[in-house]
This record gives sequence, structure tokens and C-alpha cells, in this order.
Amino acid sequence: MDIVVCIKRVPAFGAQVPLTDDGSSVDTRHLGFTIGPHEECAVEEAVRLTTAHGGRVTVLTVGPQEADEQLRYALAMGAHRGVLVDTGTTELDPEATATAVLAGLTDEPEPDLLLFGDASADAGHGQVGVRVALARGLPVVGGITGLEADGGDPAEGGGAAWLRASRDTPDGTEVFRLPLPTAVAVKEGLNLPRYPTLPGRLKAKKAALRTVACAPERGGLRTHGLRRPADDRAGAIALGRGADAAPAVVDVLAELGKV
Amino acid sequence: MTEIPERADVVVVGAGIVGNSVCHHLAELGWRNIVLIDKGPLPDPGGSTGHASNFIFPVDHSREITALTTDSMRQYDKLGTLITCGGVEVAREPERVEELKRRMASAQAWGVDSELIEPRRVAELVPFVDPDILLAGFWTPSVAVVDPLRAGALMREQAIADGALTVSAGTTVTGIRTDRGRVQAVCTDAGDVETPIVVVACGVWSPRIARLAGAQIPLTPAVHQMMDVGPIPEFESTGTAIAYPIVRDMDALMYERQSGADLEIGSYAHRPILHEPDDIPSLDAAALSPTQLPFTSDDFDPQLEQALELFGSILDRPDAGVRHAINGLLSLTPDGAPVLGPSPEVDGLWSAAAVWIKEGPGVGRMMAEWLTHGDCEFDMHGADIARFYPHQRTREHVRARANEGFNKTYGIVHPREQWESARGRKLSPFHAREREAGAVFFEVGGWERPHWYESNRDLLDEFGDRVHERPHEWDARWWSPIVEAEHLALRERAAMIDLTAFAQFDVRGPGALDYLQGMTMAQLDRPVGRLCYTPVLTPGGGFRSDLTVVRLGEDHFRVITGGADGARDRYWFESHLPADGSASLVDVTSAVCTLGLWGPRARDVLAAATEDDVSGEALPFGTARWIAVDGIPVLALRVSYVGDLGWELHAPFEHGQALWDAIAEAGRPHGTVPAGIGVYGTTGRLEKGYRLMGAELDGEYDPVEAGLALPKVKAADFIGKDAYLAAREGTPAATLCTLTVDDHTSADGIARYPQGGEPILTPAGERIVDRKGRGSFVTSAGPAPSLSGYLLMAYLPPEFAVEGTRLQVEYMAERYPVTVARVGRTPLFDPEDLRMKA
Amino acid sequence: MQLIVVADAATAPELAAVARSVAGRDDAVEAVTFAGAGFPAADLARELGGHGVSRLHVVRHELLGDYAPEAWGSALATVIDRLGPSGVLAPATHRGTEVLTHAAARAGLPLATNCVRLAGDGGSVDDGSGDGGSGDGVWRVTRTRSGGVLLEDAELAAPVKLVTVAAAVEIPGVPVQAADCEVVESAVDVPPELGRTRVAERVASETGLSLSTAPVVVSGGRGVGGADGFAVLEQLAERLGGVVGCSRVATNNGWRPHRDQVGLTGTKIAADLYIACGISGATQHWVGCMDSAVILAINTDPEAPMMQRATYAVEGDVHEVLPAVLEEIRRRGESAVAARADRHATEEAAPAGSSSAASSAAPSAG
Repeated sequence: MDIVVCIKRVPAFGAQVPLTDDGSSVDTRHLGFTIGPHEECAVEEAVRLTTAHGGRVTVLTVGPQEADEQLRYALAMGAHRGVLVDTGTTELDPEATATAVLAGLTDEPEPDLLLFGDASADAGHGQVGVRVALARGLPVVGGITGLEADGGDPAEGGGAAWLRASRDTPDGTEVFRLPLPTAVAVKEGLNLPRYPTLPGRLKAKKAALRTVACAPERGGLRTHGLRRPADDRAGAIALGRGADAAPAVVDVLAELGKV
Repeated sequence: MTEIPERADVVVVGAGIVGNSVCHHLAELGWRNIVLIDKGPLPDPGGSTGHASNFIFPVDHSREITALTTDSMRQYDKLGTLITCGGVEVAREPERVEELKRRMASAQAWGVDSELIEPRRVAELVPFVDPDILLAGFWTPSVAVVDPLRAGALMREQAIADGALTVSAGTTVTGIRTDRGRVQAVCTDAGDVETPIVVVACGVWSPRIARLAGAQIPLTPAVHQMMDVGPIPEFESTGTAIAYPIVRDMDALMYERQSGADLEIGSYAHRPILHEPDDIPSLDAAALSPTQLPFTSDDFDPQLEQALELFGSILDRPDAGVRHAINGLLSLTPDGAPVLGPSPEVDGLWSAAAVWIKEGPGVGRMMAEWLTHGDCEFDMHGADIARFYPHQRTREHVRARANEGFNKTYGIVHPREQWESARGRKLSPFHAREREAGAVFFEVGGWERPHWYESNRDLLDEFGDRVHERPHEWDARWWSPIVEAEHLALRERAAMIDLTAFAQFDVRGPGALDYLQGMTMAQLDRPVGRLCYTPVLTPGGGFRSDLTVVRLGEDHFRVITGGADGARDRYWFESHLPADGSASLVDVTSAVCTLGLWGPRARDVLAAATEDDVSGEALPFGTARWIAVDGIPVLALRVSYVGDLGWELHAPFEHGQALWDAIAEAGRPHGTVPAGIGVYGTTGRLEKGYRLMGAELDGEYDPVEAGLALPKVKAADFIGKDAYLAAREGTPAATLCTLTVDDHTSADGIARYPQGGEPILTPAGERIVDRKGRGSFVTSAGPAPSLSGYLLMAYLPPEFAVEGTRLQVEYMAERYPVTVARVGRTPLFDPEDLRMKA
Repeated sequence: MQLIVVADAATAPELAAVARSVAGRDDAVEAVTFAGAGFPAADLARELGGHGVSRLHVVRHELLGDYAPEAWGSALATVIDRLGPSGVLAPATHRGTEVLTHAAARAGLPLATNCVRLAGDGGSVDDGSGDGGSGDGVWRVTRTRSGGVLLEDAELAAPVKLVTVAAAVEIPGVPVQAADCEVVESAVDVPPELGRTRVAERVASETGLSLSTAPVVVSGGRGVGGADGFAVLEQLAERLGGVVGCSRVATNNGWRPHRDQVGLTGTKIAADLYIACGISGATQHWVGCMDSAVILAINTDPEAPMMQRATYAVEGDVHEVLPAVLEEIRRRGESAVAARADRHATEEAAPAGSSSAASSAAPSAG
């Protein structure tokens, strides 16, 4: 099963996100970058699927040159190839991102599975998977937290293959049975992503990446600026000290319906 | 946010291990109105204390650092925050094996149990290492892991329980108010606190806080990379934080330790990555904490390969992943030592910065003593913030040296090793001539001083086998046999020595005599024109300094001290100036150059260069007089640190080159050569038994022990007098002795030369400890060319301080026989000082 | 022109109100719903009418009866094409976003998701800020990013504005006039292959709790003191129907396995109740638990960040507080049983619907 996983380089920040003075973007001077947690699960799932069923995992990212760091992280987790669609440092809207992903896929062999994270960890639009899938004529479902290969085994030349994809909804679990090739957008909780091993890191460091230049046209959603919401945290309500606080604690538990 | 008091006796800024410990020990010493402020939350305000690896290897080549470390371990242990796990430093390269042998000597000297072990034994202790790539290990069973956050919390709690401490977390210091150079108040976003004393214990932020008061704390934040790899089932099954000894892979400049289920790998091998204190992100903006910056994997990758080599058995597994990796910030200083004590720039501003977890509690204790008594149990001169000259406090200097010093953290650093960066900052007026003569420059206090002259290489032929080659590269490093040849040339003819690095202060005014009498041990109330060598004592009676004072007029004195300690001495003298303005001090270092001229022909040389009378009658030993040398006004001081006839010639700086040329010209017929500090600081002075500040003399030894007690005690009061009087009453716990090395031959059959710092052992190989608990070690070592010997100095307890006693010195894991040749100050060479007083 | 909301009974009031606020003076607010054969639309229409929705488009096709993201999205794209509304609003639920994204992709339109503030272009709308609309065919939107720690101000320029509206949306005080909601049946073509993404089966929620989904997480850090110290946390978690989590310190000390770790390098949770025991709350940990609805912190240090940021704080040692809490729960359980027994005995006298009184009355029983 050949799989392409789309990942995004996002800043890793703490409780407060530093912004540039003009509010146009996140001030990343002191921040590290990471793969969004949903996409990290996607990489993990792809590695597990190909380990079980054969095939190769290609990770694809859209962003600046520096996003090679995230591709290499995914390679260290066990992905096989990396494609970087270099769109520079400007943040793209979802339509433009989808265009760039499609540009990166153009010269790639048709994968059996195209994996996305449900939404990026920073912008959080949650649209790119659907837009790309539609353009490629693939079925797609999102929010997936369970994935199983089903039916024939493409690794052994087995015919029709299916994916059983499930997701949690307030009403229970919805299960989709998707014919391959397909696209799926997954959510954290799908698995517990592995950490890259030391030998994996060393191998990933030396891996060659395919770079595609792309300058997509911008779409209709245009960011003007970022700001932090007003901090309305009230501060903790003190319930007392030591064992004497127990009745007050249990009152709270009762109020919440937990006891 | 706790309400902040309006007034405090002392405000400590920074609630890391150092700040907490300072507060705790101040409370123990009776302080009752202490305020501790931190911008961050407790117990982990976000500084380096919160992310450090928290392990402690007690052995360091520095006595001061080892003392602080072992004291800290005692404190951590007492608080129940220390787990002993043992630790082993491993060698992959032969040179490192030699370094581990040298560490054995330091362990012995400072009294830490350690052992050199075979690779096989390393693998028994830490079953996951590959012994095949190792040559040896240095095993220290007492190596431990501590919890500095918990220790700090307990220290705070005790001080709060004592009613001594108010803690204000989440409080930002916005300013430090000063008036006429004195601290008045700490301004915060929670209000101002009036206080006479601020202790800056802010780690990497310290320069920023000190700057609020207009002072500098010379350190730079720098990155130390760490990562956790796991889970490792063998570790997880132990159910504890650490069950195996810590490994320092010294040649890879990295360490590996169990940290719960992970193997933590830390590196000092990556490129130096320096930060600006102002660029450290805020608590909220930081992903982890302000001092845990994003990991830069490119810098660490070479370390991964080395970690895999040593720990492949547990790291090269599909389930063991990199779970956590940071660029942790720590503080680097220009010389690698902490920055402690009162700032010489602002009264009442104290620094307690650039301290590692392993030293934190000990530093807190020393700082509290220092704040309370004016000095402390351990000699802190190597960590004293006042040691920095102004140029050494600049950002450029700090960064240059930190850059160069970072990779020395686990490096093999020769005791004489010279810095390569930020050189050529201070040049004497003789510099051009010295370069022409092929001088090899060593640095002191920023000054470039010739250590020997390559132009003197032909002297090696002249003196033949009276000069000793050092066959072992380590012994010969940063040394030349030319030093011994220059020494012999001085002893037989005459030599010129550049002493411009001396720090010199002019003290004037009606109160000058009383003031200086109060600062010094010797009687300075002598006639004009007399000069006097005197110890300067700490309040506790140890050595603060030793220096020469010349009386140039009734109310005019010149204080001349060594370049290494000039900045500290200037602070000490300035901070004790009388409040009534009756005496003033001007630092004239930059105005004066000094050329030493000594040797049996020195008088002939000087006489040829001056029309003034320089005879023994006109200019007897211990006097100073202005003379003219080739038309240059020169203050000639009849004194010597090499024990030969001659002078220190002090001249206005701008006349320096002409003075050099005049003396060189006059000296040529007499075979005068330029000689370096190798002669002045080592061979010449050792033969004469002269003590060196920072080697034999420091705060932990008194004048009686050093053999420098004077026949009479002057009537005038002076700092340290009570302790001095008490020391004179008792018998010294140890006495400074000069020893000769009887046989230099190692097991390999080559001659080896101890370099200083080695332990002196009994003939049975036992450590020698005096009744104050101080071990005997080599304070200075060097050749005595005129005696055809090799001398060591060491303090020995009375039972061993007997001339003729045979003992041993341990050097590079071998023992060499030594004999106590002299007890006390009488020199081995020219014991009656006939040459000097000729 | 009209504005269309993709509505169900639950989200209709908010969406209709928001739609009203961005609609032009003369614009109608209408709704669309997807249905297979036989869906009775009258009830929904009545409900929507109460919120000022004047028309309900019931889009019927056999593939639309059960949820099928592609089919629903395709149908919505057809409706958009047919009606040419000025905007379409859906709730920013997973389903709402998914349907609107499919529709946007098919219609070649941009989409703004997770919006908390909208300003239309009508020039006639008082959105409360006084700046009115822009009148330039562009909507100003504010959407959340990065899990809610950031707001993004953006403009949405398109012939049809597609927006998903977050639950936290500001609802301007625009008066809503109840309307008679007309039901308009609307048949659409749906390409048959889109049935491929129909929900194939539904499974009842799994039994057994995971850290990421448990409603209650009792988490321990440095203050727990050791692996054995977690026993009391296990007891409390079991009692509250939750699971045990931990901080990085606990993992690093080997007290808990990594899968229990809450935080940046562990699991991010959004529990109903998070109890942080002896956890100082460094950012590394905080970002993992901050989405929990209620946070109770127990710590010896009142200055610890967790104690400042939590909903409730107890100053004290975990090993003093938790046993006391367990004991209190046990005691109340007994007294509640006693109270129930009591109530049985005096059933005639007890007022109906007083079950909640048992817990509030219990403290006085001690």
C-alpha cells in the first residue's frame, strides 16, 4: 500500500503565543517547529500500515525550505520519501494550500491512500484534505480515529481493497468503508505516534528530498491580522487547605455530577 | 502574588537553587527581614534550575569548586534530595586516560574517593556500555543526582518558618534604585522595596537585572543540548529515577544517564550557541520554559552517532525514540568560574550567578557568610566578581571567551593553557621590542606578558645540561627549557623582565597612612622612600592579598600588586576608603610601566645607564628613589622577587620603549638578556621560597601557616588583626614547606614533572590531612636551575613539617619520592639574601 | 437575496441569529436540511420559524437520508448554485464543517471555519461595533486558531460566503421576528458513487476509558512522591469514573508509563474534570490539560502556576487531601444510601424530583 501523508510545519508554543509587533503573524524567533499532532498520527498510521501490508510512505509538505525539518522528522519515524512544495514563508489560505499540495502530487505515482491531519495545528482551517481529494476524484472522510485495512492485500497483489475508517461522534462511532484509492483525514487519538529512533534520525538526516517550487494563486479568505483573546481566566477558587478542604472538594464533584 | 514589604534588609532576586540557598543561609545566620523575588512561578520559575540534569560529579581540578560541590552534596543530602548512584568518566583516547590519571590526583588532593578502573569493570557497573571502545574509566561512587527544585522549596520553607523570609513569586523587577552609587531600593510591578542590599541570583538573566542598577555581571546565556531517549525497558523496570551510574563520555564531550525510563544524553560537543539575556523568551511565550529553547537537531546529530557507539545495546532499538530534546540555557563566564560577591561597580549590589546545580547550596552558604562577615569559609577569589577588569566585563570579551570556553567543559585543559580569543587587549610599551625578541606571550589580567623569549634559545647551548628538557609532552606543554636558561643567565649576569602588568594605586591625603595601616599587616609608618612588602588579610585572618607599599611622601603612598589580582585589590582598597575623604586612591596602572632588572651585573648595567648614584649606600635594599635613565624619570625600587641584586624600574608609560632600549643598550656589554615571567613567577621565586597569591596564599591559610608572620605586631588596628593575633598564639595546623623531588623517573622510565595541585602522601601512600581538615597538596611546582633540583611547595601538618621528612607526591597515577627540604620561609637558594642585598 | 443556514434543531437559534445580523435589511434568512424519503419537515420548519427563518429547503435524495459527507456536500453545492444566496452558515461542528467544506470545494468557493464574529457587507447592519457593514461584497470575520489561543481577523471575498460558526460566537442583539417558515421541497441529483462515503455502520461507544477520552482524569506529578503514591489517585479515578494521568516528571522518574503522560510530549486531553495532584503546571503540562472544562489543582505551593490557572485550588499535600476526599465521598455515599432508605420509608412525604437534594443535603448530615 503506497501512502502519501501531507504534513505541515507549525510553531510549537506554550500557553501564550508571541505575535510580531504588527500583529501580522506569530513571532517565531524563539519558537521551535513541529508537525501538528493530527498529522503526526497520520505519519504513524502510514508507517504501521506499510509495515503490515508493504508499500512506501511519502511525506509531503507545503511551506518554506525549513519545512525539511518536519519531513526529516517523519522520515525518522519511518517514512520513506519526502516531497517539499516550496511556497516560501507566507502563510497560504486553504485554497492555495490545496493547489500547492496538488502540485506536489502531480509527478508522484498514484497512492493507494492519501492521508491528512484533520486540521493544521496553527491555522486550523480543516479544508485542505477535502479540496485535494475532490480535485483528485478521491473519496474522503475526516475526523478519523480508527483505521484498518480491509479486503484484499495490495502487497500481495490482492484485488479490491477497502479501508475501514471510524470516527467518534457524540452519538457513537461512525464507520465508513472506503474503497482504495482514497483520502482520509485523521485525528489525534488514532494511535500513539512513535518517537524517532536514533538510527532513524541519522538516516533521515542524509535522505534526499524532492523539492517542487510552487506559487499558488490566493483564494478568497484573506488574513488581516492575529490577536490574542482577552484573558478572562478568573483565577482559581480556593477550596481550603489540606484535609479540611475535602467537603468543599466533594461539593464540587457533586455539582459536576461525578459523585 | 504575595504582598511585597516596603522595606527589607536584603532582597534576593531569583528563586532558583542559588537564590533559595542564599535566603536559607542568611536566615540561619540570623537575618530576619529577607525578601525573595522571582518573576516566574514556584517551585520552578523557569530558569536553569528547572531543566538541569541535576547530577553531581564531585571531582574537579579546582579546589574551590570541589569544596563548593562537596559542601552542596552534604546540604542536598541533609534535605533528603540526593540519590547516590555513582558515576564513571570514560576514556576512548589515550590522552584522556592520562587526564583521568590527573583527575585521580585531584580526587586524592581534595579528599574524594575515586578509582581508575578497567573497561570491563565499567561494563559491570553500567551493563549497557560497549567496553570495547573504551580504554579506562574513572569511577566515583559518591556521584549523585539531586532535586534542586525540592531542595530550594525546603530551604524557602525553613526560612519562612523562621520568620525570616517573605517570598514574592510572579513579581517582576522593573528597576534598582541607586543613589550616589549605592543601592536604595528594588522596584517591582508589585511595589518598591527599600533595601541596602540586592543579591542577583538570576542565572542567565543576571546581566539584565544588574544593568538595572548600572552594573555588569559578565556572563552569557549559552545552549547545552540534552535529549531523552526511551522508553528503555531495563530502566522502566527499575521503577526509579536512577538505578545505574552516570556515564560521562569525556572524549565525546557528552554524558548519558538514566532518567526514569529514558536515557538522557547531554552534550558539550556542539558548536557554542550563545544567546543575549534580553532575547530569552518570556515565561508565557516559551513552549517549555524560558530556558528550554527549541532543539536544533543539526547541532546534535554527530553526538547521536557517538551515543550509539557507546550505548548501542539500548539505543539502537525500534522502540527507543527521542522523546524530549531541548536546547537548555546555562550561564558561561569568561573564565568558566562563577560570578560571586559584591559588585565593584555599585555598592550593595551582590552577584550570585553562573553557578551550576552542583555548587548551588554551597554558594548560598558562602554568600550568606560573605554578606554577614565580609568573608567566608572557602577562598572564593577565583569566583569573585571583582576579579574582572573593566574590559573583561564587556559583552565582546564575555562572548569571545564563552565561545572558546564552551567546548572545554569536558575538555582536557592544561593548567597553563592560554586563551586564543580576545588577546592583545593590553600591551606594555615594551611590546614591540618583545616581539622582535620572539617573546612567547602568556596573558594575565588582559596583559600580554612574555613567558620566555625564543631569541634566548642559544642560551640552551651555553648552559648545556644544567637546563632540563621535559621528555613528556604534557609536562612540556606551555613550557620551554629556555625559561631555565634565562634563569641561569639572570643568576650569572643580568636579565630584564617586563612587569608592566602590575596594578598600581596612588594613595594620598592626610588620612592616607592611617587608612593603609588599617588595610595591611606590616608597619607602613616608615620614612619616606622606604618600601615594604605586606600581607593584606581578610577579616577572618586569611590572605586577601600580598603587595608592596612604597612611601613616596608623608601623605603619599604607592601600592603595587600583581596583575592577576589587581582588579580584586583595587575593589578591596577602594571599598575601604575613609568616608571622610581624608585619603584618596587613584589607579595609576595605565600610567606606569615597570621593567625589572636583576642579576649580579644589574648595578653595572644601571650605573651605565644613569648618572645618578645607584650604589648600595645611595639606594639600599628596601628603598625607592627617583633617578634619571637616559633622561627618563624612573622610580627605582630596590626590591626583588627573584632574589637577586637589582630594581624594579617604574617609569611613565610613554617613556617605556626608550627605557627598554637604554637598559638593553647598557646591558649588552654585560650579557644582559630579556627574561620572561617563567623566571619571575616560577623558577626564581621558588628558589627563593617566595609565596604567590592564589597559589600558596589564599583566604584559607593565615600568615603564621604561610611563614609570613612578622616579628612584631604593629600597634595600629588592621583588618584581620584579631585573627592574626590568635594565630600567633597557637600552633599552626600546617606550615608551608618547600620539598624537593628525589626521583622523577616514572614506571615507563621517563622523567616526569608534577605541575601543581597534586596530593602529598605519606610514604605508605596515605593522604595527609591537617587538624582543620585541609589536605596537603602541591601549591606550586617548578625547577630550581641554580640548585639543580625541582621544587614543590605544600602546607604540611606539624608531624610532617620537619626538614628531611620523606614523603611522596602522586602525579599521573604514579608516586614519586619527595623530601621536606625547608620548613617556613627561609629560601633554599642564598638563604641569607646576600645576593639581593649586595 | 437570502442567507442560508445549514441547521438542525439544536444549533438553529444561534445560527439564525447570527445570519440575521449579517444579512442585509431586505435579505431573508432561510434554512436547508438534507433528507431521504419520508422526512417530516414540518416540525423543524415550525422550530426554525420561531427564530425568524422564513423558508426551509428540504433537499431530498435517497443518498441523503443518512449522513454521507460527499453526498451532502454535493447536494449543498447544488442548492447554492440554484439559489445563489449571499451566504451559507453552518455550525462549526465536525459534521457542519465537513459538509460545508465539501460544498465549498465543489462550488469553488472559499470557506471560513470556526468563526466567532461576523460582519456582513450590507451596510445596513448594526453589528454593535458601530462600523456597520462594508458594502463591498466582503465579509469581515474573526475566527479562532491554534486551539483557541489566537484570534484571526480576516476578510472573506466571494460571491457566496461560506462560514462555519463556532459555539463561542458573539451573537449581536438583533431583534428576531418570528416568521411562518415555508417548507420548500427540493429534489437534487447526487452522483451515485458518492454513496461510497455513507456511514456504513454505527457502533455504540466503546467501553473502557482512554486518557484522551475519559471524562475525568486524575493526574499526578512531582508532589505524588513516587510510584506507590499513585495508589490513592487510582482509587479516586475509579470512584469518579475516570483514569489516571501524570506529568512528565512522573514519567521521567519511572513512576508511570509514558502512555499516561498529559502534556506537550504526552497526550492532550479535554476532560470534563481534570484533577492535577502535585503538578506545578509548567507550560509543557498546561497545554496538555488546558482544554478541560474544570480543573482542580492540589498542591503544597499556592504560587504554582497550576494553582493560579485552575478553576479550583486546594493548598496541601496530595497524600493528605486525597484520602480525606475519598473518605468524604464514602461517607456521603453511606448517608445518601441512608437518605434513600429514609425516603423509601417516608415516600408519601417526600416531594417528587428531589433527587438532587440528596447531595446538597448531605453535608449537613455530617
